[in-house]
Amino acid sequence: MTDLLSRRSASSTQRVSRWTPSSAVGTSAGAVLIVALAALPYLINLATIYAMIDLFVLLILASTWNLLAGFGGMVSVGQQAYIGLGAYSLVTLADLLGVNVFLAIPIAAIVSALVAIPVSYLAFRLVGGYFAVGTWVIAEVFRLVTIQIPQVGGGAGVSISAMSGFPRDLRIAVGYWVALVCVVVVVGSCVLLVRSRFGLALTALRDDPTAAATSGVNVDASKRLVYLISAAGAGVAGTLIAISTLRVQPSGVYDVQWSAFMIFMVVIGGVGTLEGPIIGAVIFWLLKQALAEYGSAYLIGLGILGVLFVLFARRGIWGLVSRRGRVDLFPVGYRLRLPDQTRRKQ
Amino acid sequence: MTPEPLVETRSVGRSFGRLEVLSGFDLKVEAGEVLGIIGPNGAGKSTLLAVLGGAIPPTTGTILLDGVDVTRRPSHWRARHGIATSYQVPRPFLGMSVLENLLVAATFAAGSRGHRAQAAAVDSLQRTNLERFANAEASSLRLLDRKRLEVARALASGPRLLLLDEIAGGLTEQEVPELVELVRSVAASGVTVIWIEHVVHALTAVATRLLCLSYGRVLAEGEPAAVLASPEVRRIYLGLDPEVAAPAGGPDA
Ligand SMILES: Nc1ncnc2c1ncn2[C@@H]1O[C@H](COP(=O)(O)OP(=O)(O)O)[C@@H](O)[C@H]1O
Ligand SMILES: [Mg+2]
Repeated sequence: MTDLLSRRSASSTQRVSRWTPSSAVGTSAGAVLIVALAALPYLINLATIYAMIDLFVLLILASTWNLLAGFGGMVSVGQQAYIGLGAYSLVTLADLLGVNVFLAIPIAAIVSALVAIPVSYLAFRLVGGYFAVGTWVIAEVFRLVTIQIPQVGGGAGVSISAMSGFPRDLRIAVGYWVALVCVVVVVGSCVLLVRSRFGLALTALRDDPTAAATSGVNVDASKRLVYLISAAGAGVAGTLIAISTLRVQPSGVYDVQWSAFMIFMVVIGGVGTLEGPIIGAVIFWLLKQALAEYGSAYLIGLGILGVLFVLFARRGIWGLVSRRGRVDLFPVGYRLRLPDQTRRKQ
Repeated sequence: MTPEPLVETRSVGRSFGRLEVLSGFDLKVEAGEVLGIIGPNGAGKSTLLAVLGGAIPPTTGTILLDGVDVTRRPSHWRARHGIATSYQVPRPFLGMSVLENLLVAATFAAGSRGHRAQAAAVDSLQRTNLERFANAEASSLRLLDRKRLEVARALASGPRLLLLDEIAGGLTEQEVPELVELVRSVAASGVTVIWIEHVVHALTAVATRLLCLSYGRVLAEGEPAAVLASPEVRRIYLGLDPEVAAPAGGPDA
């Protein structure tokens, strides 16, 4: 009897696959896109290249904020704490300590994640709206502490000299390539994370924390890990902002507006999916380019658009695309091949 | 020396605000038992299961698993130590496929990896007749199939103690015996079962012991036929005249 069962099970495992036609197409297209993006500085003008760095920063922010809110259920309004920490870590490492500026990026990401550990113990005492406000307050504390440090320019901010070895054109191109590597690593890590064992826990947690716990998922530990990972992501975004703008100011990097942008991108694109934040970031970036001259009116427009999505398209643009069933552009799911069912359908 | 019961509650109490749902509740369930629980709506049956599974902490008392105090152990710890719950109101992972729902339990509760987890998931799909829905999103399932999924997920976690909460309601005449057969085969494989059910004839087909709960109080407990025949159970739960001889089955028969 057990023998029969185990033999049946052994054959059934070969029937579980992780790739779908859509994820094969999506992943191949992604690979081609990365190669094309790498060649871009040879093809288009510098102003556009410069704007693309901004897009990469937004992609990183949207993807990692989505891990936090979309999968972990933690709606943070304080990720700018780690944007700022990443930017200032880069300045400190590269300019004050003489670390290679490219090496300083991963170190700054690790610093952000390490600082996020004690912060998580504070923030996780709060839930829901209190968590959101609490994270904002924590980010403000980060800003106030930074202002007190004269070595990094206090309230006035600091300029970065680590990139001054490059002539201007090359500097922008190098900044672009660095940002491209970062976005590929961060978004790629998000994909691998969601595809992994831990991703299965995260997705369960996203859908129902109580049932996830009853199914053996350590909800608290998973949330904490996600919090650290998204802090690292925000830190990377901060380093890219520093490298591309060459100046770090507390009022800029710790601006709560970053959180508004992250929420907007993820809500528009589709919360709790890998594809959604990518779409949201691209749309937001295009809107930003097109409407920037309208000043604050453009922000009000974005706000209204965001509210409309929350009210009428809760799953965002990606939710509308995959309304008739799940479509994955990345191979993160599990599918059972059903031979007998296809026969029955005919 | 008698072996420790698999699970035991010692004067467990749970209140929601001023409402005392359970109080001074004592229960011992031996390994291999199938304990049926009946009782009117609002009696505290689901609360009892949630307290055992860890979703709701008790306000007073102690819970023991294999004689060890686990009162403060969180749900995921209990899941990993063999307690699986099928909730009365299904709680599927709505954005995941049916197969993925089961993989979560097989991976994290049973601690299996890769092919072994997949095998456990597929096995419990087959046992619950859900195989044709394997790739369907859980959100597309109707209530009855969501209940099946709830049971399948509990099975996929490879439990020692299976907690079932009203899984037979709404099933057809043919489906009830299938479900009974499933529970019987699970019990035969050595799993201890606590099953809350209003479909009393389904319970009596497998239960080795029956307990009738009424507002946190045990009305009757013991051999199923004797519990159903007890005057208090007949009056309070079955709503029958205790003087008239018992008909076969329960209120649904
Ligand atoms: N989370 C909760 N908050 C407040 N009251 C609750 C909660 N859960 C259950 N109750 C109350 O506890 C009582 C018992 O509920 P329950 O255990 O679900 O009963 P049963 O499963 O026997 O029908 C009911 O009166 C119910 O309203
Ligand atoms: Mg109930």
